[in-house]
Amino acid sequence: MRLLRSHRNEASLATLALVVLALGLFEVLQPGGRDVASLTGDVVTFNTLVRIGILTIVVVGLNVLMGYAGQVSLGQAAFYGLGAYVSGIFTTRAEVFGLPGGLEGAWWWPWLLMGVGMAFTGLFAYLVGRPILRLKGHYLAMATLGLGIMVYILFRENFGFRTSTVNLTGGFDGLFDIPRLRLGSWELWPITRYYFLVWLAALASIAVALNLVHSRVGRALRAIHGSEVAAEAMAVDTAEFKVRALVFSAMLASLAGSLYAHFQAAVSPGPFSFIGSLELVVMAAVGGLRNVWGAPLGVALILAIEEFLRAKGHELFAGIGSEAEPVVFGIILVLIMIFLPEGLTDGLRRLPRLWQRRSGTPAASSEVTS
Amino acid sequence: MSVDAEVQQFLRKRRPAHQARGQQIAWAGVTLALLAAILYLGSQKNFGPLQYAQLVLDGLRGGTIYALIALGFVTVFNVTGIINFAQGGFVMLGAMLAVTINDWGALAQWSPGPRLAAAVLAAVLATTLIGVLVERLTIYPARNAEPLTLIIITVGVYIVMQGVALIVWGTDAYSLPAFTTLAMRDRTFRLGTVIVKAQSFWIWGVTGVTMAVLYYFFEHTMWGRALRACSVNRLAARLMGIRPDRMSMLAFGLAAAMGAIGGIVLAPATRPVYDMGLSLGLKGFVAAIMGGLVNPPAAVVGGILLGIIENVGAGVTRAGIKDIFSFIILIWVLLFRPQGLFGRQQTVEKV
Repeated sequence: MRLLRSHRNEASLATLALVVLALGLFEVLQPGGRDVASLTGDVVTFNTLVRIGILTIVVVGLNVLMGYAGQVSLGQAAFYGLGAYVSGIFTTRAEVFGLPGGLEGAWWWPWLLMGVGMAFTGLFAYLVGRPILRLKGHYLAMATLGLGIMVYILFRENFGFRTSTVNLTGGFDGLFDIPRLRLGSWELWPITRYYFLVWLAALASIAVALNLVHSRVGRALRAIHGSEVAAEAMAVDTAEFKVRALVFSAMLASLAGSLYAHFQAAVSPGPFSFIGSLELVVMAAVGGLRNVWGAPLGVALILAIEEFLRAKGHELFAGIGSEAEPVVFGIILVLIMIFLPEGLTDGLRRLPRLWQRRSGTPAASSEVTS
Repeated sequence: MSVDAEVQQFLRKRRPAHQARGQQIAWAGVTLALLAAILYLGSQKNFGPLQYAQLVLDGLRGGTIYALIALGFVTVFNVTGIINFAQGGFVMLGAMLAVTINDWGALAQWSPGPRLAAAVLAAVLATTLIGVLVERLTIYPARNAEPLTLIIITVGVYIVMQGVALIVWGTDAYSLPAFTTLAMRDRTFRLGTVIVKAQSFWIWGVTGVTMAVLYYFFEHTMWGRALRACSVNRLAARLMGIRPDRMSMLAFGLAAAMGAIGGIVLAPATRPVYDMGLSLGLKGFVAAIMGGLVNPPAAVVGGILLGIIENVGAGVTRAGIKDIFSFIILIWVLLFRPQGLFGRQQTVEKV
């Protein structure tokens, strides 16, 4: 019984796991009084590493949906938000739904909600996916965009209720005092503990996604990406597989949303807006859509750029300060899309070929010629 | 036509006539139900005909702006096949530049009328130039990329525009004098309790003139015809000696000009802010979709309809959920009328 279907991916996963473990232990042990943030001159903090883990989970799903099934989603933040709000609402105001107040104190309640959130978001994705995934290309992108904004408005406007009568989402301000996760009485906090939980989930989702794309389902999805009619002719139930890819990505986003809610201990509608969805797509595209490994790469790069600009922007652009951040971010984004349209993973894969030094593959002919 | 589309057309069965009839009845039912819902919600707030007239008029004003922005979307999409998310940025730039030039110290001794006219003209020209530059610097180098890549590029361009605007203008809301009074206070016309600002007539007038000019341009000038040729068939246009990449540049310039005009005439009625482009751009886009994305007159009707629907919808419910109506319409149109509200069935392959 092997974890993954391909040796190379197993090695990559093990490498990533080791890096995660090393960084975590570094923060726990603080050798020589140095913490993780000091490694990068306080640019990439430990907090950022946790956020990279959370967003990796979302982007892995998006990667499968867009890169393999070829279905664009500009509303993924809606699913992310659904997870966050299910966790947030039911851990802070379960009594609104007539649930016994004792539940909020029970350690297993948030964990159960995580599953409930995933199931609910998956069901929601299934119901909206059936009609919407009939659309293709631009039209699908726009329908998902509209859906994402609608869900965002519902969060922001407290699902249309007056906050004075039924307060579910807290409107603009959002929800506060969301409890930390616990296992029995062992709290998964401070952040060093939570870090390991988040990355365990991230690594697991990468593993699941890798297995998925290298399975019959994955081949079916790629067939759909290539040509839907041809896939149909090969007896692939295209409608069903497309919806399944959407449900898979939505459930991962929901899981990440729950983890985000318990990480921030607060949820507000901001991150689930249209801009939030765009950022997710940007992360997926920058990393590379045709490769699951693009997800952690893209998320890490984008967050690192954002953190760098936030920390050092005012030194680079005297007098302007952090306001320069979106400009530089936008320029970098445009440049990457122009010069590396297939994303970073593709760029990295092409690097060895540029140096003509890659042993073990037929393409590497340097030994023969030299 | 791709092989996929041909196969699909071959497989598609003709819908029997009685089904089309049933559909018409269903549409009529849905429309009546929606009207009844609006009237019911309105009666809860004691709305009379005058209140509705006010809502429709205000919606008509916003809708005209959406129509202008939608035309920019359609022009770019027709020629290049790109959905240009930077369109809202042009709207914002037009408004902001007009305000800045109008307040410019060097023009302080000009009388207000010529100064405003000069500011408007200069702002439109500058935005057009920016549109052309955007195409040259970001779209042209990536012209062979996939649609998604191009969409992300235009999103990046929008982020840069809004970011630059934040640096230059900050988060303050600015104001442009009304075109009639040349002062901040606009003239208003009253009809019972219905109020129309003079600026609304400017918005309708300027949009009307712009559309007439565009119509003349597309139908009766060489460049306009070349643009249309490009949107019908790029390859054939190329064989006729038209350079599609030049046309793409022209389309972006035109779209930027239209956006800028929309932003400028709107500026005295609202207060321009650095981030006004996003929501205006999205609404203009919904209007374009309502018109089927390829049909300029239908996009105009779409914009006006959208403005009225969202304003009446928000009027009878709550202002906070105003935006939700446009996106309900967006999804509804995409699912049931992907060829646009007024398009015929054939164009359905685009979906």
